[in-house]
Amino acid sequence: MTTAVKGQLTVAALMFAAAPWVINAAPYEATMGLVYKIYFFHMPSAWMFMLGAIVAGVASARFLFTKNPASDATAVAAAELAVVFGLLALVTGPLWARKAWGVWWVWDARLTSSLMLFLIFVAYLLLRQFGGPGSEKLSAGLALFGMANVPFIYVSVNYWRTLHPKTSVVPTLPVEMGRPLWFCVTAFLLLFLALLSLRSTLEKQRARIDALYLQHDEA
Amino acid sequence: MRYLRLLFIVALMAVPVLAGAQPTPSPDEFVPISQIPAEEQIPAINLVAAAYAFVWLALIGYVWSLGRRLQKSETDLARLERKGS
Repeated sequence: MTTAVKGQLTVAALMFAAAPWVINAAPYEATMGLVYKIYFFHMPSAWMFMLGAIVAGVASARFLFTKNPASDATAVAAAELAVVFGLLALVTGPLWARKAWGVWWVWDARLTSSLMLFLIFVAYLLLRQFGGPGSEKLSAGLALFGMANVPFIYVSVNYWRTLHPKTSVVPTLPVEMGRPLWFCVTAFLLLFLALLSLRSTLEKQRARIDALYLQHDEA
Repeated sequence: MRYLRLLFIVALMAVPVLAGAQPTPSPDEFVPISQIPAEEQIPAINLVAAAYAFVWLALIGYVWSLGRRLQKSETDLARLERKGS
């Protein structure tokens, strides 16, 4: 583990430990009251979910064009993180919705497209796990398809009629609510970067282990 | 790994079941939250606590799992490199 990754992990852990106090200091929202505070973890999770999908897509495109194994390792790491953060977003969202909308789930454009993106990256990981030789190219194509979904998910709330809050919420937040939000976004981003680096290292080590096994078999 | 596979399969099978489930008939007009029966109301604090607990546990679980996998691969790598030299 490099010093930079250790630093990122430590700062992220400290920020996560301080988050309950920072979030507690934020005022209540007029119509939703306490439940809106789920937003401080829900939105950064959703952003990291989309960031994971974008990183996986870009790294996969790089892998398809250059055949560089390091890009493939980054793509696998980012895809796994997209699934982890996607799960967080898809669980915390309904917990908020139950109070705010009265239902756990609605099949509107934002929620459905987010679930689709999550399933695409679950499929990516299953393909990597059980696809056998050549699955890295197939999964790279899948990651590109997943990445293409991200802009649609982001703008879906503005173009289609949905219950989900629009993208205009974040820029119009008052400072007292914006501060804890950006604090949480920073904590999630640091954690994402540290985990991306660690997971890529794991993938590179696995590739090296496979190469060594082949070397032993040939000898 | 077997449990994880089973969990994936169960989760995937649950999607069409959930999609096909009919929602309970909704009232024709707006009903203030104060008029909804008490058994249908969930206190906000329970939902907020559940959300934060889930995020914490999931992230701690993932970091722990990643650490274990890294440790195992480092051990395997060291063993193979010793064997090769």
